[in-house]
Amino acid sequence: MNDFAESLRLAFHLAATGDAELRGIVWLSLRVSLASAAIACAVALPVGALVAVGDFPGRRGLIVGLNALLGLPSVVVGLVFYLLLSRAGPLGSLGILFTPMAIVIAQAFLVMPLVAALSRQFVEDAWLEYREQLKSLGVSRLRAVPTLLWDLRLSLATVALAGLGRAASEVGAVMIVGGNIAGVTRVMTTAIALETSKGDLPLALALGTILLALVLSLNGAAYALREWSARRYG
Amino acid sequence: MAKGRPFPLEARGVCVVLGGHAALDRVDLHWDGDSRIAVLGANGAGKTVLLRTLHGLLEPTAGEVHWSGSGARPADQAMVFQRPVLLRRSALANVEYALSMRGVARAARRARARAALGDVGLDGVAQRPARVLSGGEQQRLAIARAWAVRPSVLFLDEPSASLDPVAAAEVERVMGEIHQAGTALLFTTHHLGFARRAADEVVFLHAGRLAERTPADRFFKAPRSREAETFLQGELP
Amino acid sequence: MRSIARIIRPLDATALAAAALAILLAPVANGARAEDFITVASTTSTEQSGLFKYLRPEAKKALGFEIHVVAVGTGQALDMGRRCDADVEFVHDKVAEQKFLDEGYGVNRRDVMYNDFVVVGPRGDPAHAKGHDVIAALNAIAQAEAPFASRGDRSGTDAAEKRYWKAAGVEPRGAWYRETGSGMGPTLNTASAMNAYALTDRGTWLSFRNRGELEVLVEGDKRLFNQYGVMLVNPAKCPQVKEGLGRKFADWLVSPQGQQTIAGYKIGGQQLFFPDAKPGA
Repeated sequence: MNDFAESLRLAFHLAATGDAELRGIVWLSLRVSLASAAIACAVALPVGALVAVGDFPGRRGLIVGLNALLGLPSVVVGLVFYLLLSRAGPLGSLGILFTPMAIVIAQAFLVMPLVAALSRQFVEDAWLEYREQLKSLGVSRLRAVPTLLWDLRLSLATVALAGLGRAASEVGAVMIVGGNIAGVTRVMTTAIALETSKGDLPLALALGTILLALVLSLNGAAYALREWSARRYG
Repeated sequence: MAKGRPFPLEARGVCVVLGGHAALDRVDLHWDGDSRIAVLGANGAGKTVLLRTLHGLLEPTAGEVHWSGSGARPADQAMVFQRPVLLRRSALANVEYALSMRGVARAARRARARAALGDVGLDGVAQRPARVLSGGEQQRLAIARAWAVRPSVLFLDEPSASLDPVAAAEVERVMGEIHQAGTALLFTTHHLGFARRAADEVVFLHAGRLAERTPADRFFKAPRSREAETFLQGELP
Repeated sequence: MRSIARIIRPLDATALAAAALAILLAPVANGARAEDFITVASTTSTEQSGLFKYLRPEAKKALGFEIHVVAVGTGQALDMGRRCDADVEFVHDKVAEQKFLDEGYGVNRRDVMYNDFVVVGPRGDPAHAKGHDVIAALNAIAQAEAPFASRGDRSGTDAAEKRYWKAAGVEPRGAWYRETGSGMGPTLNTASAMNAYALTDRGTWLSFRNRGELEVLVEGDKRLFNQYGVMLVNPAKCPQVKEGLGRKFADWLVSPQGQQTIAGYKIGGQQLFFPDAKPGA
């Protein structure tokens, strides 16, 4: 129990004193998580919706494949991107290994299956309700996708938040493609891993508390936005 | 007849099997579009299924639905569902959406949508989110949305079902105006008085079969089929 | 809000998202201006001792560019050099470094500093390993089959540990010998939790905060000497390598100024690393 008490005290102390290194780590974590979640949603929300309303050969197989990707181990993704982005690899000339960009890309790939699977589920359920009405209005399946994505924005906001949470908690892939370079690619999760391996458990816990607080506030803000939107639009 | 109207409609030997059960059984229907048709029948008789099939939402298991000319389902039909699905946006935006789906230019959409809302008496709630409107208002909004695109055929499934007498009268009036403007009407209803006033012909369904087709006033006075008679007397559910 | 809702139509939303992304990513994408930094592949023990946190700002002041340190095991650090993902190698496994040079991946190796390894173990010392003889200690541990936590990760420390076992004539095997496959810190965490013996470099030990019952039991043996060296990744094999800046950094490390800086790093008054660059290097 001592560890928890001390780490809580330390967490407050760190947050209060506004340690510069910590601020840098938190800001970077926010930016890479938001960026990767945004990219993942931009791709996977429409893809999930397309699969939900679509009727094409191989659809079932695609759904199984998408769901299987959910179980993709993050270190495998990290390793694959490391090999791709390494100077010795095919995309080495881009020079983005060990930069925040590499983290964003790897995280985006990890988040996409989650967002696609959830988006597909939500849109598929709604499609049962909307389908005939939209067909009657002359809306093709393809054209229905943006309509549904916007109409289901409240539910899909929750999906986006799940994606953001997944991104913010990623450590394995980030470690490999980012290199955990102090001041450059050290994010909260890799900092926690580092402090843990240095045996500084109270500090690691304190950082973890701060990360939790961050994710909680993001969720709280999103919840408030949803509540307002639900009241406004029904 | 207006130019380009897809009539006559020929439904021949239409069978629709849903969930292993024959919802429609060898229905034949010839419609020239001039008379307003009310489809009556007990619950489960197949009224809604008939509408959905004629509108092209359901494929017949056997038989065919043939509109004039190509036989393919014409684009300018509209349908008002018993429980209309409205988008999570304002009432006005819902009507504008329907117009944009039919290719109406952005500039004209706003004005036509406002006019349609005015026709059904919903100008006051144009900016309200559609989903927070009352049941009656939503029903009228669905009618406005269908009407705004000036369809050649309008199907309505229980248009006055959830309405109080005042709102129901309003809907009757609007339907009259819609018909005056040249749109063909085919609707289902449980309200017999409404059917009597708003229809020229009655199509009576019983257990998926077209039991009878009779001009409206004669139907209510002296129906030809035994099933219709039982229906009118006992008002079977 | 209504006007916002009107603006955000599907296509417009895409444009909005693209703009937001650009804003979010700009600083992220900018982080890689080529002239500003070099990438140094080094070891976890060096990183975890806190040396780099101390050294980097000093180096930046002296040289005018950033030092990016990727801290992994020696094996992985050298592998990074083979893949041209690093500009400079700063590791502590002379045998592996020599192989790296012989294979042509590295050039210009120079001694920088040393520290020593120590054997830590439970206060009660059940295997009676205490003393100044690492080989005798390992023998004692093996005979007593006392729990021993090993890194097992191709690191410099791990390589040294394997050499000591070999010199002791023991092949460590059995339930008592636990290979964690991880860095020095996690291995010490494991040792602390299991009350096991472990070989660690003094630098990591001095900054390790989770000691539990463990303390230094074996030290001072000349064989426990742990030499650190710096090498440049061979520009002939890796045309993209930042040769000029890398050379400047390596030169600084072995310069009197760099050496003094290294000596200045202390934890609790104790110096961790002892500079030993050869003059004129």
